[in-house]
Amino acid sequence: MSEQNGQEQVLEKPESQLKEIWYSLCRNKGALIALGIIVFLIFVAIFRDFLMPYDPNYSDMGKAFQRPNSEHWFGTDQLGRDIFSRIIYGTRISLSVGLIAVTFALTVGTVLGSIAGYFGGKVDTVIMRCMDMMLAVPSILLAITFMAALGKGIDKAIIAIGLVSIPEYARIVRGSILSIKESDYVQAAKVIGNNDMTIIFKHILPNVLSSLIVRATLGISTAVLDTAALGFLGLGVQPPIAEWGDMLGRARGFIFSAPYTLIFPGMAISLTVLAFNMLGDGLRDALDPKSRNK
Amino acid sequence: MMLEVKNLTTEFKQKKGTVRAVNNVSFSVAPGEILAIVGESGSGKSVTSLSIMGLTPGKVSGEILFHGEDLRKKSVKEMQDIRGDKISMIFQEPMTSLNPVHRIKDQLCETIIRHMDLSKEDALKRAIEMLTLVGIPSPEKRINDYPHQMSGGMRQRVMIAMALSCHPELLIADEPTTALDVTIQAQIMELIYQLREKLNMGVILITHDLGVVAESADRVIVMYCGRVLEEASVVDLFANPKHPYTKGLLASIPRIDDQQERLYMIRGMVPNLADMPAGCSFSDRCDFCMDKCRQKMPKLKEVDGRAVRCFLYHDEEEETE
Amino acid sequence: MAEVLVEVKNLSKHFAAETDFLGRPTSVLKAVDNLSLTIYKQEALGLVGESGCGKTTVGKLITNLYQPTNGTILFEGKDLTKLSAKERRSYARDIQLIFQDPYASLNPRMTVGDIIAEPIKINKLLPANKVEERVNYLLNCVGLANHHRNRYPHEFSGGQRQRVGIARALAVEPKLIVCDEPVSALDVSIQAQVLNLLDDLKDEFGLTYLFIAHGLNVVKHISDRVGVMYLGQLVELADKEELYQNPMHPYTKALLSAIPNIDPTVKKQRIILSGDVPSPIDPPDYCHFCGRCYQKKDNCDALASPQLKEVKPGHFVACHLYE
Repeated sequence: MSEQNGQEQVLEKPESQLKEIWYSLCRNKGALIALGIIVFLIFVAIFRDFLMPYDPNYSDMGKAFQRPNSEHWFGTDQLGRDIFSRIIYGTRISLSVGLIAVTFALTVGTVLGSIAGYFGGKVDTVIMRCMDMMLAVPSILLAITFMAALGKGIDKAIIAIGLVSIPEYARIVRGSILSIKESDYVQAAKVIGNNDMTIIFKHILPNVLSSLIVRATLGISTAVLDTAALGFLGLGVQPPIAEWGDMLGRARGFIFSAPYTLIFPGMAISLTVLAFNMLGDGLRDALDPKSRNK
Repeated sequence: MMLEVKNLTTEFKQKKGTVRAVNNVSFSVAPGEILAIVGESGSGKSVTSLSIMGLTPGKVSGEILFHGEDLRKKSVKEMQDIRGDKISMIFQEPMTSLNPVHRIKDQLCETIIRHMDLSKEDALKRAIEMLTLVGIPSPEKRINDYPHQMSGGMRQRVMIAMALSCHPELLIADEPTTALDVTIQAQIMELIYQLREKLNMGVILITHDLGVVAESADRVIVMYCGRVLEEASVVDLFANPKHPYTKGLLASIPRIDDQQERLYMIRGMVPNLADMPAGCSFSDRCDFCMDKCRQKMPKLKEVDGRAVRCFLYHDEEEETE
Repeated sequence: MAEVLVEVKNLSKHFAAETDFLGRPTSVLKAVDNLSLTIYKQEALGLVGESGCGKTTVGKLITNLYQPTNGTILFEGKDLTKLSAKERRSYARDIQLIFQDPYASLNPRMTVGDIIAEPIKINKLLPANKVEERVNYLLNCVGLANHHRNRYPHEFSGGQRQRVGIARALAVEPKLIVCDEPVSALDVSIQAQVLNLLDDLKDEFGLTYLFIAHGLNVVKHISDRVGVMYLGQLVELADKEELYQNPMHPYTKALLSAIPNIDPTVKKQRIILSGDVPSPIDPPDYCHFCGRCYQKKDNCDALASPQLKEVKPGHFVACHLYE
């Protein structure tokens, strides 16, 4: 009955999917470099106390605004604090703000968006109207409102930032689900007896991933900057604690006289965002069997 | 001969190297003649038509003589004047071939004004005339419709009206009825048939539907993997197909008039253009394959007033360039 | 004839075509309108009609992808429309669906092996260590090789994907397979392969088919009986030989005459229908075919829509001409 049986001898490839994804990721140089940077950042975040040459909060007004030199690699800021040490110190805060806030928003947004898109009808209307209301208010204003309710502190700031970015993810997920839910393979999944949850998690969400990953990696940068804005308003990180966004915000005034106070924290943020973004792109390709095998 | 295509070859650059979508294809069309190009997906039939129109991104070589002038030597501007004026084309998908944001009127008149140098009023008159010709009821009203207000059959009629509005000498119809229902397909084919008689235009009908070919074409070219495998008059081809591929195709169609217990199957699949078997491109699937077929590509040679590319009928092989 | 497998009675599916601001329908699309038919065990019942006639909706109603607006679907005597969601899932196993578009019906992120194994695992048909063996067996049944198991759908051609779809449907040992235009997206030479495969599987597994298609020659090849649908209604139903040799409904006649003949020497007398298939939104109360009918009597649009009537043994027609 089969005309392909002649090829039966062709060797099978019993590789596991995880391995395949990993191999594909390794073939993507950009993603590998990005992964290296992220591992390095995590290393710095964990071992920051051993890496800092100076106390990040030790202020010596006499040494204010020193250009980068052999003693202070990245120079000193307006209060004479060592910028290099402050950046190392801030790594842990900024990284966790970005990751936790995005993970939180991603999870809640995906669940809400899935429910809205898949079940439709009144559920959809209620959820998406709430999301629209949140989107209608400027996100920083909304975050301030949440902070007012939750209280001050970096942990509260993370929650507030996570909360305000939920609607974006919910929208993306809902939109993709609306189109994928009508596709034949989802119908096929229903016919063979899957229940709704399996269909959402196994058949629909993996196909939404690509758009979600790109958005999430960009979301990390927004989260870092939003934390800075909250800190600036006295709601997030409390001075003198070093945090990248906060450093950037406070150095704003010295952009011409002492650009290095601005450049280095800015570079730290850009590098982090870039790394996550490139890793995200690589992951997206690696997770998609179509582009994986090329 | 109105159109003569000689040794047409179209190549596309791909990552793994160049792929020949159309390979050394020659044919001609006379005024008032319907030439059908038949083939499965990947046979190169659509690329052939796009190459004639100068609309393919691939590298085209060979000669495309239209009234003795080589279309490939025309400038971009000259080709634009020929397209839609002397040579028109209708596509498979009537849903996407019309611009959804413009009224039928504007799209039709635009073509007419561009090619016929008429005033707006005259162009509108001509547009209504054309819609009447293709059988759209109350054309004065329907001409103000947007494409989405029309059904698929109606839109295909509008496409034909647009293609015919400047009295082309040659109409290329690329799967004109594939997206339509049977009863609508009958209407459209009837229409093309009548119009070619009325306007004495040549038609290249590109299709995979052998039924449509049998009903309307005068001559048939069977294409497979970019090459012509057989060329014959429609009566000869259906009464006495020569190439094993043509035979297989005809035998594999379920017949409406008698009952086959089992359908004939052509084994395997159409090979990938980037990974063709050595020798005859059909050799892997052929029931009559000989040793020679796996090494050499037979030539398309005239046998009994028709052409066939198969070693069963002659010994000549194609020279490799 | 043999035992009844499915009995569909007065089945209707209406969609709201337009709604007012409170979400109440203002016009109704009657995709399937008061349709009754019977499918016998181990037969292949063909369903033909043009786009928009509701044939696909019938398929989706029987496979429980849609809830009917009205009517009952009896499967082995049990009313599917009255089951709870859980009961329905267990019944769903017995009725499988093969889709038209082999490119859209397979999840692009799952390997072919996983796609075929999924229904077995969900329904817990076999212990985990037996699943692979079964998947290999199914792959061989549909003419694919074991090593295809680890490939992804995009690595396959249209015909091969359709084979994967068929293997997935077979995996749960269904009693009825609804084939929704299974070959219309395939090339001619591949169509024959898939049709023969479906034929073989039917005998091998004792399957029953509801074969939905617009190609009358394809339906004729595979079916035992054929029903013709027009705008949500069944207008004619008969044994295949009878229907194709002796069509009674004016629409069936026109449909049959519209098929291009493969023999160029025979010029058929054509009945060319005027106009397009009308929209199924708010159809008239009288015969739906009235607007395009060339044998219309004067009072056709005054009478109520004709009911399906047995004119000859086994030959049903819904037309005032035969009343």
